[in-house]
Amino acid sequence: MESKTMKTPSVPEGMSRVDGRMKVTGRAKYSAEYAVKGLTYAVMVGSTIAKGTLKAVDTKKAEGAPGILAVLTYFNAPKVPGYQGDTPPPKGPLRLFYDDQIYFNGQPIAIVVADTFERALFAASLVSATYVKGDHQTDLKANLANGITTRKDYLRGQDDAYKTAAVKIEQEYTLPTEVHNPTELHATIARWDADDKLSVWTKSQGVMASQRNIAQAFKLEPTNVRVTSPFVGGAFGAALRTWPHEIAAVLAAQVVKKPVKLVLGRADMFTAVGYRPQCWQKISLGASADGKLTSIVHEAAGQTSAYENFTEGVVNISQLMYACPNVITRYKIIPLNVNTPTPMRGPGEATGAYALESAMDELSYALNIDPIELRLRNYADTDPDSGKPYSSKYLNEAYKLGADWIGWDKRSQKPGSVTENGWLAGYGMGAGMFGAYRSNATVKAIMMADGSLELQTAVTDIGPGTGTAMATIASEVMGIPGDKIRITIGDSSLPPSPTQGGSSVTSTVGSAVNDACKELIEKFKQLDSTATGNLDYVKLLRDHNLTQLDVTTTSKGGPDMAKYAMYSWSVHFIKVLVNPATGVVKIDKAVSVADCGRVVSHKTARSQIIGGTIMGIGMALMEEAVIDHRYGRLVNNNFADYHVPIQADIPQSEALFVNKTDPYINPIGAKGMGEIATIGVAAAVANAVYNATGKRVRELPITPDKVV
Amino acid sequence: MKQFQYVRAASQQDALAAIAKPGTKIIAGGTNLVDLMKRGVTAPDKLVDITHLPLKGIAATKTGLHIGTLALNSVVSENSLVLAKQPLLAMALKAGASPQLRNMATVGGNMMQRTRCSYFYDTTMPCNKREPGTGCGAMEGYNRMHAIFGASGQCIAVHPSDMCVGLAALDAVVIVTGKKGERRIPMTEFHRLPGDHPENDNHLAPGELIIGVEIPDNNFAKNSYYLKVRDRQSYAFALVSVAAALDISGGLIKQARLAMGGVAHKPWRLFEAEKSLIGKPATEDSFKNAAQIAMQGAKAYEYNAFKLRLAPASITEALKHAAGAV
Ligand SMILES: Cc1cc2nc3c(=O)[nH]c(=O)nc-3n(C[C@H](O)[C@H](O)[C@H](O)COP(=O)(O)OP(=O)(O)OC[C@H]3O[C@@H](n4cnc5c(N)ncnc54)[C@H](O)[C@@H]3O)c2cc1C
Ligand code: SF4
Repeated sequence: MESKTMKTPSVPEGMSRVDGRMKVTGRAKYSAEYAVKGLTYAVMVGSTIAKGTLKAVDTKKAEGAPGILAVLTYFNAPKVPGYQGDTPPPKGPLRLFYDDQIYFNGQPIAIVVADTFERALFAASLVSATYVKGDHQTDLKANLANGITTRKDYLRGQDDAYKTAAVKIEQEYTLPTEVHNPTELHATIARWDADDKLSVWTKSQGVMASQRNIAQAFKLEPTNVRVTSPFVGGAFGAALRTWPHEIAAVLAAQVVKKPVKLVLGRADMFTAVGYRPQCWQKISLGASADGKLTSIVHEAAGQTSAYENFTEGVVNISQLMYACPNVITRYKIIPLNVNTPTPMRGPGEATGAYALESAMDELSYALNIDPIELRLRNYADTDPDSGKPYSSKYLNEAYKLGADWIGWDKRSQKPGSVTENGWLAGYGMGAGMFGAYRSNATVKAIMMADGSLELQTAVTDIGPGTGTAMATIASEVMGIPGDKIRITIGDSSLPPSPTQGGSSVTSTVGSAVNDACKELIEKFKQLDSTATGNLDYVKLLRDHNLTQLDVTTTSKGGPDMAKYAMYSWSVHFIKVLVNPATGVVKIDKAVSVADCGRVVSHKTARSQIIGGTIMGIGMALMEEAVIDHRYGRLVNNNFADYHVPIQADIPQSEALFVNKTDPYINPIGAKGMGEIATIGVAAAVANAVYNATGKRVRELPITPDKVV
Repeated sequence: MKQFQYVRAASQQDALAAIAKPGTKIIAGGTNLVDLMKRGVTAPDKLVDITHLPLKGIAATKTGLHIGTLALNSVVSENSLVLAKQPLLAMALKAGASPQLRNMATVGGNMMQRTRCSYFYDTTMPCNKREPGTGCGAMEGYNRMHAIFGASGQCIAVHPSDMCVGLAALDAVVIVTGKKGERRIPMTEFHRLPGDHPENDNHLAPGELIIGVEIPDNNFAKNSYYLKVRDRQSYAFALVSVAAALDISGGLIKQARLAMGGVAHKPWRLFEAEKSLIGKPATEDSFKNAAQIAMQGAKAYEYNAFKLRLAPASITEALKHAAGAV
């Protein structure tokens, strides 16, 4: 395939992934792969009703099966100590085997532990339960009236501006439930080393948080719980919290007095670890005849579980994206008999951007103004909510880069008017934004006698290339080649780092690496105050009879964080081809442009952005978890029926970067990019489909049946 | 999955003797059977692996092309005889599953693969095909992938194969053997409609073994096309698929073959639509007319009504491709 790379010239190519070779040769060990001695195997059994009371669990047959060590249920399992005693809040995380209530279909009702995985799996199939069935609700649309408001409604300016607008758009948009479905299945190995001491290997985006949560559940000293997760095969938010199956593994290990491994099956991945909640949205846009927004009203209702309130920033983007004086947003959650959602890449914002950027597109046609031009007419130069200046914003440059790459000038403002080889061709764009953050992290930097540098911190790398970014920054600061740098991460016994999420890790940990390396250089300079220019670390250590020199540095967000509004920005341009006979939509070209401050490492940044674009394409065209509401049960919880994009769906795609340093966020000038890669993509696809066909699909995913 | 025995058949007789016993099942590529066993949909006591039998050959005969049951889907789709004589079959095979699956899947296994109806796969749900008498979960459930032709009040599932749609269009004959000797069953009559016995997918008798398939020579190689409409570009079952084969001479259609997938409990041959094309010019009008005829008797359910639009559009599109008009 022809490939046109228009890398912004000033972006350094960057090193290849520090762990790339390990990953492709199978030497990278994931949570399920630790050969812990004496391992036993646990399999969970899920409920087959969506609501009700558990009357009995028949475990006899399972207990009689070969190799079975234990079958735990609500009726016989020891109580998880951290659950006991606390006055149960009305809502909270699902507490395993805590009571006899069934809140969703697939809720764990038993764990079977055996000497082999196969035996555990077989015995699990022999467990049956009796229930008193309740009246479940799983249909979002049927329950829109039963919302709970947990976040305050937002009003800026006049509350009735929409009424008097010259041009109006009012539409509803729906997004189905999407499941993270990383390649790596969630897995936990738990081993009790003493009555009060625990080692846990688990798929986690934050080993410190896992350590805290597990320690709390089992009433242990956090320092007595060691959580390890050095490699994570994708997570996208699904490993942001400690899930019941992780507690199950620890509990089972306590009961059988042996280390226990619990790996979720693919079907469990749909009910055990969260998902992007389905969401109904309504947007009303009012504008003047010359395309100035005068009013945005954005309402949303997202699903949550019956036992826990999950909220996300679906409507925030309407408060922040455009310079509109009058904005109303309302957000509510609808409790249903489903498991609790969890943030999924571009959480909330990706959902909201789908609606807002679709509505903006609809407005552009109503006004007959080019969609980019419409956005420029409403461009925010300062944060419309707080009035604060931005720490940096070059979204307008991103628009231009993307438009040039995709060939926006070939787009016709008239939908359905361009064909290529019998297919309808169309272009669409959609923008995204996400808060840029920096929190605290501690990094230990050790210079060894042989001139190699080791960097240690607890952070996990869920795939974006955190380790590679750390090595890149250290290499630049220390003036040593990347292959002399060793990265040790993903272990709660290392210096503390935040959880990988919210696109803040490079900003936070990268800054800590930067600070630690600078401090280490200072320490070397103290060894020899005459040393100038490039330091010879090996010689300095040798001259001072040292085997190593190290620093441990904590780096914190600066005071500028309060003075500026800090966001990363993105825009996505999509060209689609639509078959006029069959309604099949093919992505012909895709480009995402990120304004994410300085790009630390081009190679990993590029794959991070392209991965996010692909996720957005999946959201637009195929991802949808379907529940049969009669049973409150999923009917497509497998990879044959739940579709994610495959190679053939993804054409020539590119990631471009504005690559301008953010002077205020942190010393390295880099903002986040993981979330913005996905935010806005679905709208860009839907807008392109409209441009190609004149058909506006407001209910994702855009499958052929909705277009034909 | 329950414990089961596994044996490797050393000969055809061996295999036949083994499958004569109830509870015994043949395993070929295992790409469907193993999934069904893992999900508890089927639980054989014994598996007879036939993959070492000499039934892999692809050879031209006096009247057609013979393909052994153990020829892999990937091998058949790239075989030079198949590509030269029956390109439609190659296209249909390539449209199915993924390269990894096609590298394991066999001809007989493909014919015998079971429906992908979600309710059939989930043993907690009602399904007359899995457990006769329990009801049909799909009838009033999520039936987006289900049949619009030939369904019954008992079952509205579709047969998921692409290969069989190609074979049905090409008048292929399935060769089976059993205690009573060999039988030849036309592909179009191999699978059955659900009627009152959705548990039976086809007419293969208990104890019979598929040994191969034969496709008679024809004049369709130049003008054939397999169109598969699906939710993603590859590795998805058909919403609707169409196998179209034309014999065109002087702009007029001498012979036509049409079959559809994703619409019925069996590959759905469109005999009436074919007839309507004979002697007609190979134009969009003729194709549209055929598509309209093909849709007679179609009946949709809550989630698959789109097939009533998609199916005729796809027939027309496939015929245009076959005629070389696209
Ligand atoms: C995720 C996924 C996606 C797929 N997508 C598609 C698709 O898009 N299109 C498509 O057409 N198919 C698709 N398939 C199905 C695939 O084509 C079948 O699984 C495959 O053809 C089965 O062949 P096999 O040799 O592996 O059969 P097996 O799994 O070994 O056997 C299947 C059945 O056939 C019986 N059997 C096998 N050989 C014989 C014989 N000689 N005589 C009598 N009985 C026999 C077995 O007893 C068993 O009941 C998909 C499968 C999967 C898992
Ligand atoms: S359509 Fe057939 S296979 Fe599906 S649930 Fe109904 S009876 Fe079972």
